[in-house]
Amino acid sequence: MSETGLPTTDGRRLIAAARRRDLLFAGIGLAVLFVATAVLLALVLDLVLTGAPHIDLDFLTSYPSRRASRAGILPAWVGSALVMLVTAALAIPFGIAAGLYLEEYAPRNRVTDVIEINITNLAGVPSIIYGLLALGVFVYGFRLGETILVAGMVLALLVLPVIVVATREALRSIPREVREAAFALGADKWQTVSMYLLPAARPGILTGIIVALARAIGETAPLVTIGALTFIAFLPPPPITAQPPFVSFEWLGSPFTVLPIQMFNWISRPQAAFHELAAAAGVVLLVMTLAMNGLAIYIRYRARRLLG
Amino acid sequence: MTLAAPLPAEPAPPSARPDEARPAEIRAKAAVEDLSFWYGPKQVLFSISMPVAEGCVTALIGPSGCGKSTFLRCFNRMHDLYPGNRYAGRILLEPEGIDIIGPKTDPMVPRMRIGMVFQKPNPFPKSIYENVAAGLRIRGVRSRTVLDAQVEKSLRRAALWEEVKDRLHASAHTLSGGQQQRLCIARALAPEPELLLLDEPTSALDPIATAHIEELIDELSRRYTIVVVTHNMQQAARISRFTAFFHLGRLIEFGPTEEVFTRPRETMTQDYITGRFG
Repeated sequence: MSETGLPTTDGRRLIAAARRRDLLFAGIGLAVLFVATAVLLALVLDLVLTGAPHIDLDFLTSYPSRRASRAGILPAWVGSALVMLVTAALAIPFGIAAGLYLEEYAPRNRVTDVIEINITNLAGVPSIIYGLLALGVFVYGFRLGETILVAGMVLALLVLPVIVVATREALRSIPREVREAAFALGADKWQTVSMYLLPAARPGILTGIIVALARAIGETAPLVTIGALTFIAFLPPPPITAQPPFVSFEWLGSPFTVLPIQMFNWISRPQAAFHELAAAAGVVLLVMTLAMNGLAIYIRYRARRLLG
Repeated sequence: MTLAAPLPAEPAPPSARPDEARPAEIRAKAAVEDLSFWYGPKQVLFSISMPVAEGCVTALIGPSGCGKSTFLRCFNRMHDLYPGNRYAGRILLEPEGIDIIGPKTDPMVPRMRIGMVFQKPNPFPKSIYENVAAGLRIRGVRSRTVLDAQVEKSLRRAALWEEVKDRLHASAHTLSGGQQQRLCIARALAPEPELLLLDEPTSALDPIATAHIEELIDELSRRYTIVVVTHNMQQAARISRFTAFFHLGRLIEFGPTEEVFTRPRETMTQDYITGRFG
């Protein structure tokens, strides 16, 4: 019975229809998720099953060899680790500084707009283009050679936009009350940024760094372009020395290879034994990535604990 | 230094607090002269002039959007944080007569001397101790003994010490809303401000926490000059010595709270306090 002319009996049917819709969507979502995860799991499982039996101390401490049974990935994982060190040392401070400037300091004008658009676009540039740029500018222009330094620099350039964007997002998501509270207490801009904004933005920035470094460690194309070696039978000079000043940066100027390139090299050989070695190297690469993520997640967790 | 703009005559017996000896002459802590303000092209404050009496609570009341918060935020140049805002007129901070909104005045100058508590409790995502110590750290205080002493003193003044003294290093976010707001008051008090701005400090709190804060404001008014924005007229009547009524960006009436609430000169004030609009 309706005096307003609105239907009165439809309520229950509408609710039932809504329930069915929700159920249907949840079902589809679950199925898609399952397919995606299952494929990924199968890939990883296959990689681990093929590769794991080959991973032992010898594999990690041997140089590559023409004989599969004696080949190892020592220079590759050391190269990957050192290149990542350079990348992180460059991309993290520059990325955070650039994001900070754009979000907190830059005046709102045409120049800033152009810079912003460019940074967003840079994130979408194919990595091999960066390799060509590095080859032209760093290797030939600055005569830095095909070295770990150049590899770190090109990967840092490649992932810089990711860190810049993450830093800006993290700063932007801080409630404006925090900013106002700091300024109202008499803080200047740098105090506000360093004492209150950066600590509050740390979880978001760390997420950006994880994504950036995970991308960098798997990159192959730009490193091949700048001339990374595919076969290498020596290590870079050690960063720590017995004589004072105990640290050395000679390794920066050393030729190198990285895990993805080593994998690519092995996978293009005809012998099946090398394919299995490639899988084993893949497992090591995965473990390195996961270890990096784990460390970042741990730091982020500790940072969040105080945020309440 | 006497008033730049004359304060209206005090009602004969200062009935609000007969137990306390008041100085015979009330001096101005700040004098607002012909203040106008624009958010970009939109003018939101229209030539406002009024004094802020030293050692008293001044309440700013008025309906939503009347400009009372905007007015309050002129005192510590909060509007400078966002582009396109413009001030005209003067706000003189006594006793030196520094023009707070003068183009030659660095916004840090008033902010160093004026504390502010915001509408929503906004503690920093840090420990209770660090929140209170923030203003001192900003001023370069390093000494642990000075910090410890001032943190305790400020927390005591904000009536929070007893509740938090055993967990000073816990996150400020573990406190309840009312406690957080008292923490923000302690944070504002720690650098010993000459003037305290409260922007609807109880609007996000429940009645019990509100009562706590009101008691606290009363207590603090013995020591500090306070300007408080409130949309709660009973609150204004309870805690303030002077009241300013704003409407549509204009100051309609200013006077001793008793007079504004019992014998308003303007019909608009009368209508507002009797609940006919707003």
